[in-house]
Order: sequence, then C-alpha cells, then structure tokens
Amino acid sequence: MSLQEVFQEISAADFFYRNRDIAGFTNPTRAIYSTIRELVENSLDAAEIREIPPDIYLRVSHESGPTDGPGIYRIHIEDNGIGIPHEIIPSAFGQVLFGSKYKLRQTRGTFGLGGKMAILYGQVTTHGQATIMSSTGPTKVHEYQLTIDIQKNKPVILKHKTHPNDNRWHGAVIDFLTEADYTRAMPKVLEYLQQTAIVAPYANLTYVDPRGRLYRFERATTQMPKPPQETLPHPYGVDVETMKRLIELTKERTMLGFMKTHFHRVGRTIATGFLQQVGLPPKKNPKKLAPDEIVRVVNAMKSYKFLAPDANCLSPLGEELLEAGIKKELSPEFVSVYQRKPSAYSGFPFIVEVGIAYGGEIEPKGGIRLYRFANKIPLLFDEASDVSWKAVNTQMDWRHYKASPDMPIAVFVHICSTKVPYKTVGKEFIADRPDVEREVLNAVREVARRLSLFLSKKIHLAHDKHRLDVFQKYLPKIAGFSAKLAKKEKPPDVAPLLKSVLRYEKIEESEDDQDEDAE
Amino acid sequence: MKKSKKVKTTKTKTPSRVEQKKSVVLSALRSLGEQLYSQLSKKQWPSVRMPSRSITNIHYDQHTRQYILGERFVRRSARNIRHIRPLTQLVWTGSFVDELAREGKTSTLRDVFYSAQAYEMSFTDQAESDDIITDLETVLEHPREDFNVFPEERSAIFGDLTIQYTVRGYEGRKLNLASHPDGMMIGPALTNAEFAECKADKIIAIEKGGLFTRFIEERVHDKYKALLIHTAGQAPRATRALIRRMSQELGLPVYIFCDADPWGMHIANVIIAGSANAAHLRELNTPDAKWAGVYASDIVDYKLPSDPLTDLDIKRLYELQKDPRYDTKLWKREIEAFLRLKRKSEQEAFSRYGLAFIVDKYLPARLKELG
Repeated sequence: MSLQEVFQEISAADFFYRNRDIAGFTNPTRAIYSTIRELVENSLDAAEIREIPPDIYLRVSHESGPTDGPGIYRIHIEDNGIGIPHEIIPSAFGQVLFGSKYKLRQTRGTFGLGGKMAILYGQVTTHGQATIMSSTGPTKVHEYQLTIDIQKNKPVILKHKTHPNDNRWHGAVIDFLTEADYTRAMPKVLEYLQQTAIVAPYANLTYVDPRGRLYRFERATTQMPKPPQETLPHPYGVDVETMKRLIELTKERTMLGFMKTHFHRVGRTIATGFLQQVGLPPKKNPKKLAPDEIVRVVNAMKSYKFLAPDANCLSPLGEELLEAGIKKELSPEFVSVYQRKPSAYSGFPFIVEVGIAYGGEIEPKGGIRLYRFANKIPLLFDEASDVSWKAVNTQMDWRHYKASPDMPIAVFVHICSTKVPYKTVGKEFIADRPDVEREVLNAVREVARRLSLFLSKKIHLAHDKHRLDVFQKYLPKIAGFSAKLAKKEKPPDVAPLLKSVLRYEKIEESEDDQDEDAE
Repeated sequence: MKKSKKVKTTKTKTPSRVEQKKSVVLSALRSLGEQLYSQLSKKQWPSVRMPSRSITNIHYDQHTRQYILGERFVRRSARNIRHIRPLTQLVWTGSFVDELAREGKTSTLRDVFYSAQAYEMSFTDQAESDDIITDLETVLEHPREDFNVFPEERSAIFGDLTIQYTVRGYEGRKLNLASHPDGMMIGPALTNAEFAECKADKIIAIEKGGLFTRFIEERVHDKYKALLIHTAGQAPRATRALIRRMSQELGLPVYIFCDADPWGMHIANVIIAGSANAAHLRELNTPDAKWAGVYASDIVDYKLPSDPLTDLDIKRLYELQKDPRYDTKLWKREIEAFLRLKRKSEQEAFSRYGLAFIVDKYLPARLKELG
C-alpha cells in the first residue's frame, strides 16, 4: 500500500481564481462592488503619482440577463493617469501579481491585484475578453484585446492596434463584461463613490449607472497631496523571508554596507552599533550568513533601538484637503480636521488624520456617523470590528463633549501607512494595534474638543435666540393690552427694549417669590 | 321693632354700592394699564408689584379676624424671561375683564382659560389661568367676582328679601327671594343686586341641601324670620361675600349649621374667618357670624347616632388646634370634645327624633343659647 500524492503546481492566476473570496469577489453583489472599487483606485493612483488632478469616467451598463439578480454588465472606465507603457500592457492586465506595488510606498492597493482580479472574474463569468487602451503621452495610443490563460498565468493577446495620439493624451481605458448583481450592490457602490469624493476632493468622478443616471462628483480643488516616496524597509518590519531575499539581491560585500544600503534610517553609526550587539563582524559577507545567524539578526532587529521610520513615504491627505472633501460632499455647519504627527507600529510608519463635522447633509441616526478611510480608500464593511469604531463608540464619552446621539455628527478617520494593519485579507477593517488605537483616540479627542466648543456656542446662541423669541412674542402684547386698558390710541414702541435684549448679558433669572424688597 | 326694613340707598340719586364698586374696579384696571403704558413709554421694562402670596407671607390678623398678607412683595418684570409670560397673561386678563365689566357680562374661570386661546395667549392648563386671576385679584385688591369672573359652583338662598337687579336687561326689576321653594341660585345677577326690602332678622347658613329644603318645608323662614342659605359644602366666595354684605347692610346676625366633624367646623370657620387662599382679599368673611352646630357636645347631649372619627379626621383636628382662626373658647372646647369622644355625626342624625325635631326643638334652643 503506497501513498501516492500528485503534486500539481498551480499558477498565481489559478490560485486567486480558486480563492477569489480573499480578494473580495465572493458573489455577484460583492464582485461588482470590488470591481468598481479596484478600477477606480487604480485610476486614482495612476493620476496622483504624478500629481495630475484625476478625471475619471465610469460607466456600468446592462448587457443581458435579469436586472433583479445576477446579470451581465459592461464595465467601462477611463482615466487621465500616467498610462501604461505599451509593451507591458499585456502583463499588467493579463498576469496576476505583476504590478508596481512590491516596494514600500503608500498606495491604495497592496498587491497590484485588484484590477486583474476584476478582469479575471469578468472573464470566467462571461467568457469575454478585456479591451485596454492606453498611452503614456507620446504619439501613439495602443489598444489591446486580451484574455488571461488562467493555468499558465499568461496574457493571451487577441488583437493589438495603434491609434494616432495628436492630443498627447495619457491615461487608460478599460472595457470588459462581467457578471454582477448590480441592483443589490447599488447602495454600496454609490456610498463608495461619495466617500471617495470626500477623500479625493481634487478628483472629478463621473458615473453613469445601468439606468443611465448620471452621478457627478466635482473636484473642489486642484491642489494635490504630496505623492508618496519609495522607501527601504525599516528593520522593525523585516522577517526572515524578506531578509533572505535582500541577501540574495544585494551587491554589498560587508554586513556594514548591507545594513546601510538596504534598511530605512540605518547609517554607519547605527549599523556598527547593531552589528556589535548581534556579535557579527562588520566585514562579514552577508551572503555567507548561516541560517541561524539570519534568524538571530532578524530577532535582534526587533529589539534594537533604531530610529523611528520617517513619514516621507506616506502621502496623507492633509488637513486642508480633508476639510475640502468633507465640506464639498456634506456641506456641514461645522467641520474641524486634525492630522497627528507620524507614528509607527512594528516598523511601519503611519499617520492618522481625523475630521469631525456637524449638521448639513449629515442625518442624525442615533449615534455618531463614522467614515473610515485607509490610504485614501473608503472602508464600508465590518465597521464594528474597526479600531476607529472602537475609539468612537466605546472609548469616547461623548457627553463630556456636549454631544448626544440625536445630533447630526460625523467622524472621519483616515489612516495612511505603507502597510495598513488590516485584520483580514478582505481589507475592510483595521486591527486595534495599541499604537494605532492610541493615535486614533488622541486624534478623535482633539477634534471632539473643538466640536464641543462649537456646540457650547451653538447652545448659547440657541438660548439667546429663544430669549429674543420670548421677548418678541410677549412684549408687543403687553404694550397692546396695556394701551387698551389705559384707553390709549396707540401702543408704546417696544423696539428699543427688544434691541437691548441681545446686548443685555445678565437678565435676571432669580427665583419667583424671592426677588423683591421688603417694605 | 319694625316689621320691614327698607334699604335707603336705592331711593337716592347717589350711585349704588354695586355701581360704586364697579367704578372702583374699572379705575384700578385702568391704572394698571397706565402704569405699564408709562413704563414702556419711558423705555423701561414694564413691571407689576404685588404682595407675595407665598405661605410664609400669610399671617392671621387679630384686628380684622382673618388671614392677611404680610410685608413681602414680589415684582413681575418683563425683563425677567420667566416673568414676561405671566405678566403678559396678567395684562391680557386685565383687558379681558375690563371688557366684561364695561359690557355688563360675566364669565367663569373656565371661560377665561378658553378665551385666552383666541389671543395666542394660551394657558398651559386651567390651574395656570386660575393662578393669573388670583394675581389680578392681588394687584387690584378686589375678588374676581367684582370683575365679573365667577366660579362654576353655585349655592342658593331662600327667604323674605326683595332684591333689585342691576344686571343688563333686568335693571330695576325686583324679586322676592321666597318666590321659589327650591331657593334662588346665588349667581352673578344676585351678587350684583341691591337689597330693596328685607323682612328677615337673621341669616341661617346650612351645609347640606337636604336640610336646606327641610328648613323651607318646615317654614323656618317664617317661624324664625330667617334668610336661609345653602352653602353646598365649602361656601363659594360669592356666597361668603353675599353673607357679609347682608350681615353688614341689613344688620342681620348670621348662624351657621354644619355636620359635626372637623370638615363641617371648617366650613363654618371659613365663613367667619376667611381662608388662607384668599388672604390677599378683604370683605369676604363675616367675623361676627356664629357657628351654631352641630357641636361634638350635641352628639352626647342629644344622643345622636354617630360614627367613629377616622385617622384623617383626627389628624385634621390636631391641625385645627394649631390654627389661629380656632383660637376662641367655643372652637377649642369642641375640638377637645371631638378628640375625647372620637365620634362624628351628620346634621341628618336628628331625624331619629322625627323630621321636625331639629326645627322645633334643637334650633330654638341653640339660637337662645347663642343669644
């Protein structure tokens, strides 16, 4: 009796096809939402990287099948991003895991996977092909029609042609069929687009839905956030596997040089000190490290006192833009935003930005409305598991800030990081890492304090208004009735007294029977 | 001794008492209006000053033998956000009753509550509007009946008194109050009437309607030359004012018959000494009126059927003991008798000796005793 196992190598495309849940393509409802989200985010990234104010046009049209359940829809998206060099278009769209996102830089996606998953999902549900048109700005626009060979993880080019590009257009157009239950996904899709408009106030988003309705989210500014810079890995965030790869790649001949070249914020002094602590000679060739030495180095990195990562690699939105986004989409009565200083968890830098808004189009809903963003992506699912939800709903005592659940209050939390600490692969909620949690809570407290100042003022004004209303209601009546009683023709003028009401700071409010002189 | 007493005032040209009172009230209303008007004209916050009616400012006055208000005053000022509404209500009520008085119409407390709504002056409830009327009484120093606002409850009178109406449509008409064997209702018309001719020489006030009718059937008004008044429980203020007027203008002594319990005693006492609620008013009480029974001692003396006092009755008796209005020999003696006896009786208890006993035996004996 012999056990015979068949080991079969599967391609990355095959792997993701078999495990499409983890990329957010569980069912036709979730799939259309993920498709739109991935495409829009790729387009935004492609424009922002060179500080081009994004212009994105998205159209979803119904092709065949029912509209009240899964049917076939055509997805069409156009952007004005930097475009894709024509020779890599096939791989960029037809090969899973080929992407620009394996360096440490804050971008929306992490794997460069989403766009391809969308096309892959479309292909397996409709047997259709994808049309990609792109130019980086020179004289030609390239158009490809392709499918993905799932087993080989290779693009199959069906057609390739070029068009003249007289206007020096740069950008990308993607068009393909996919299966979707749009009707059920619609609320989330619209919410996603609106929240994206909040967090990308410099973008024009145009959306035509399957019933031909036009949604337009116009930019409120052309000012762009500073694009993120690429950065080296920080020693705190390095694991054994990463270390092995770095050793493989390196051209450095000594450990000292290796440390200086491949790690973030490690210079000669720090490298020397570190190597001394680990007990490795600075001149040792990194390629000659024994496996147990590699493990020792990685473990020592976790505890050695390195400089904190700097935040140049991050691209926060900035207070001004966050405020512009909130104002343009919700026109609140009051808004305040606050950006924390950069911080780090496990060697990954992050910045927390928060906003708070009151009134306008925010509906009171028996609690604080929470808008969550990570690396400029709105997070719409699993709200109650998120670190921000915990801070806003369980750690804050809003009564201290004069806020009550029946008030129209919204809190916006944006966490940006080279590696957002998502709790699951679905990337919908952020783990309550102590460092992150502390930053979020402190930031929310700060804006809540500002809100409470606004609310006190508002209460004060309401009080004043109420007082004026009361005087305005009764004083003319007293004038009228007393003139009648006194048999006068005209009531006396009460305007001067009313005028003095608002300026009058301390109106007597003493107890009824206690306020008079005894004779 | 004259058989008939003509009241002089109606014969002369000088204004009647009722007319005088009316003009005093009207001028008090006018000066209230003028005061507020002139404050407003001077760009001052209008305000009204009146004696405080808080419990700590109510004192018993030995001189007038009634409750009066003390030295403390309150000011209702439009400048105080919590006063401006009641002040407006006060002025509105003033202008409302001013109109009533001019047109010779009357109104009830309930009416005032509803009429306010037409002026966007709504009262929260009737308690609030009643309270404002009490304020107006305090400011004007006149009971609301003088400015034509009457309560719902009505009591009755029967006897040989001829009145002359002053109310619109009946001016000068006369009526003898013995014309109807159920008695005549003491309402606005009777309250505002002049006394033309009176053949009675005393007033007997009776707590209960049954006994009031019995007295009429047994011709007490003839036999004892009495005006009979049915107080219907605690006497309404219009009735108390009428008793005082009759006692003063006609010079008649007043006797009050109630049940033999602390509550009956208090009905008699309020007619005599007034109530704390009306401490801001004068001329509602009749200090010389006499409590004529039924006493606690009568329960023993006449062997009346009786019931035990309840805890509440006993508690009330202890309260009355401390009340300055009960600080005379008779009241004290009877309160102690009740507490000793721990029993009470109703007026109807005399019926065990036959229907006429109370009139033929008890009444003459008591009247003689009181002198």
